[in-house]
Amino acid sequence: MHEEMRKVELIIGKILRIGVVTSAIVIVIGIMLYFLNGSGYTGNFPTRFSTILNGIVAGKSYAIIMLGIFLLILTPVLRVVVSIYAFYKEKDTMYVVITTIVLVILIIAMLLGYRS
Amino acid sequence: MNSMLLILLMGLFAGGLGAILGIGGGMIITPILTIMMGLDIKYAIGASIISVIATSSGSTIAYLKDDMLNLRVAMFLEIATTVGAIMGALLVGLFSSSFLYVLFGFFLLYSTYNMIRKLMDKKGENVYTGHDPIVDKLNLANTYYDKSEQKQVDYSMKNVPGGFIMMWAAGLASGLLGIGSGAFKVIAMDTIMKMPLKPSSATSNLMMGVTAAASATVYFFNGSIRPDIAGPLAIGVLIGATVGARIMQVLKPKIIRMIFIPIILYMGVQMVLKGFGVNL
Repeated sequence: MHEEMRKVELIIGKILRIGVVTSAIVIVIGIMLYFLNGSGYTGNFPTRFSTILNGIVAGKSYAIIMLGIFLLILTPVLRVVVSIYAFYKEKDTMYVVITTIVLVILIIAMLLGYRS
Repeated sequence: MNSMLLILLMGLFAGGLGAILGIGGGMIITPILTIMMGLDIKYAIGASIISVIATSSGSTIAYLKDDMLNLRVAMFLEIATTVGAIMGALLVGLFSSSFLYVLFGFFLLYSTYNMIRKLMDKKGENVYTGHDPIVDKLNLANTYYDKSEQKQVDYSMKNVPGGFIMMWAAGLASGLLGIGSGAFKVIAMDTIMKMPLKPSSATSNLMMGVTAAASATVYFFNGSIRPDIAGPLAIGVLIGATVGARIMQVLKPKIIRMIFIPIILYMGVQMVLKGFGVNL
């Protein structure tokens, strides 16, 4: 029982590491671009998906950092999603339900944040 | 360049301490950014949220690998915290925030007293291994390897409803007051549910990122998260938390408790004073 859980935890750890390292690399690239070319903005920074996307296409450092930060904000969501899969692999239905409830609440909260 | 380097160094420290104690590091970052660097509180809160998530994600990788955290406890209690956080965010303005600051502040002071008593206990850090119908039903008992004592520690817990209510209150406080809830999470597991301190801290680390993510989108989309601050901070905190999660495992639980006590004492005093209109 515990051995099975260990294997699953190690997989969660690996997936989580990929997510965290990806966001860190994007942020570091953005910071390096900032020192090369400046922020790319005058007195403000992008906060909506559309402006961030336009900024990334234009190679603006602040937009790339914001993308990295947004990816970092998604890492806990990734953790919950992978945990659902882990409990499913363990055939632990009760915890599949519990973790899915957490995911649903989390997504509702994040959407409320986007709308406000 | 200089300010980014300073922010990175601050992140290293906050991430390291946060990973060891299971707290977010907002209490370190907010005063440095507002008082020393003269930043608007709005951006300091945005930076704190990013620090909490980075501490959580950085340390959780190590704690998962070393089997230090309790995924079932985390997910079960996370329901209470996230529901509390949403309720808090929706109820902002209905309660007097000064009353809440005093209430949660005094709770932290009471917890400080409890922690000191536990520290002074001649029997040391005794591990609860008894049975409890709710713990058995939810399959919450677990085990971890204590590197400082070089032994496998099997543990159980009790008073799950009490911990659940405490976690809900912690979420409510974070939603209403915009404060982190890591310290309350550790107290709920360690003091109320009698979990050992190390898995309590590791599990709090895992949970606080999920709780923070729930409110992070608000701050991200309303412009509280500045790329020139949150960017270098995130990198510093991620590195600090990765190192901190290694350090925590070789520390004796007693030492971790000795670091934790002055911090919750400081937080408690600060919150009570804030409730009475004094800002530290």
